[in-house]
Amino acid sequence: MSVLVFIECADGKVKKSSFEAAFYGQQVAASLGTHAVAVAVGEVATEELKSLGGYGISRVLVDEEPRLKDYVSQAYTKVVAAATEKENATVIVLSNTNIGAGIGARLAARLQASYAANVVALPEVSGNSLKVKKSVFSGKAFAEETLTAAIKIIAVKKNSLEVKEPVSGEAAIESFSTALTDSDLTGAPQETIRATGDVLLTEADIVVSGGRGLRGPENWHLIEDLAKALGAATACSKPVADVGWRPHHEHVGQTGITISPNLYIAVGISGAIQHLAGVNSSKVIVVINKDPEAPFFKAADYGIVGDVFEVVPKLIEEAKALAK
Amino acid sequence: MKILVCISNVPDTTTKISFSPDNKELNTAGVQFVINPYDEYALTRAIELKENQGGTVTVLNVGLPDTEANIRKALAIGADDAIRVNAKPTDAFFVAQQIAYYAKEGAYDLILMGKESVDYNGFQVHGMVAELLGWPAIVPAIKLDVSGTTATLEREIEGGKEIVPVNLPLVASAQQPMSEPRIPNMRGIMTARTKPLKVVEPISVEVKTKTEAYSLPEKKSGVKLIDPANAGELITLLRNEAKVI
Repeated sequence: MSVLVFIECADGKVKKSSFEAAFYGQQVAASLGTHAVAVAVGEVATEELKSLGGYGISRVLVDEEPRLKDYVSQAYTKVVAAATEKENATVIVLSNTNIGAGIGARLAARLQASYAANVVALPEVSGNSLKVKKSVFSGKAFAEETLTAAIKIIAVKKNSLEVKEPVSGEAAIESFSTALTDSDLTGAPQETIRATGDVLLTEADIVVSGGRGLRGPENWHLIEDLAKALGAATACSKPVADVGWRPHHEHVGQTGITISPNLYIAVGISGAIQHLAGVNSSKVIVVINKDPEAPFFKAADYGIVGDVFEVVPKLIEEAKALAK
Repeated sequence: MKILVCISNVPDTTTKISFSPDNKELNTAGVQFVINPYDEYALTRAIELKENQGGTVTVLNVGLPDTEANIRKALAIGADDAIRVNAKPTDAFFVAQQIAYYAKEGAYDLILMGKESVDYNGFQVHGMVAELLGWPAIVPAIKLDVSGTTATLEREIEGGKEIVPVNLPLVASAQQPMSEPRIPNMRGIMTARTKPLKVVEPISVEVKTKTEAYSLPEKKSGVKLIDPANAGELITLLRNEAKVI
């Protein structure tokens, strides 16, 4: 019996959300009186994987098969399923990302497992079942769910728990291989196009987002400069993406990307309920809008009622001063 | 090309969520149910593909008779026929098993649905269906074209996109901007009444998850307003008080 954590990597590095998943997995293992093992695929720096030891992971299985460089749902699922069997894992922990949750779903069907996505807290253990808390109704509510199958899969929502500072310790790295067929690799990407920008929106701790209050794409430097000064990612509201001021992959909200950063700064966004649904899991929300009646102020922790063209430059200046 | 589009029936996005006194069920009083917005992207794209290259679009919903209004709406938008699996959708695995079972029976080339439903936000039915059928799943897809037996998709990834060519059959989940959802016109509404809507019984599935209770998030303590003349103070507060920068 063990807890298995799937580690997602990008550009040879372990993603921040995977360190969270590792910490979560270790906590679950401790409450079950067992240990946590991780599995990773593709090219990733060994030092990065060893550092998972600081989060309580004793060993990391690594499948370095070159064809696993890009995500293919069947192939990744097969690797994690094989690791599950090898380690006799009864709990599998993944990050609630497009990749993690995608694998979780396939694994659940393959292993006849119980699966909970969007999980926001550590589970309660009772006998052979786990009770988890999940975010539902686009962040407007939570559900408590009991997982009863022999194997339980949990996809952890980003920023859901306070991850303790890593302690010293290195995980042992073990090479691991799974026999893959051509059909496992059906749907491999032919080409990857990366957007420019320093910080990934879904991984960002701070997000600065703009709406129609910016009046036009020519004013977007205000959003970009504030984001740069804070080390943040940039985002936008749906109307802004719809009129083409910003690309669709920056659109946060109910039909766009759902994010849960530590800090969300909304500039010139009134806060329609559909927008809120995509950002209301953010820890702290700041709203800057000239309309004091903007519904977003009801959901905000901090607010400035004022002209964004006067307010934002002051914030940029102050944030730059702070960075120095 | 035979396309199956799976739709779910969800509370309208502006719904204020509340629960029964024992917190076991959604309080549906006064709630308007709509086709899941992500499923509408899938439905519209399926209809566009059919219009351009021929074929059929079948919609499938797992739900009790009260979902038929939205199934008829999907037919009015342009689907050819519909299947309702007569069951309350208890959890994702239950729904996925129903879809996989009836998909096999209908020998579809392509299964489309939204990337998630806006009620349970599981992001999982497509993956489960694909695994049960042994098909690839391209999730979440922002573009989908089909030529002969090959589909070319754009899959959204963090900070970009991938171009994915893949042979049919496959499962894909839709996300904006895959298509621009349509509003049914009067002719569509009239013809929808005569299109076939088959009601079938669910297959038996072992329950693996059980919802115990729902709860609402704690109320925010209220917004702290900062004078725009001293806007810089916000940065200090975010650093020293909220400790987020």
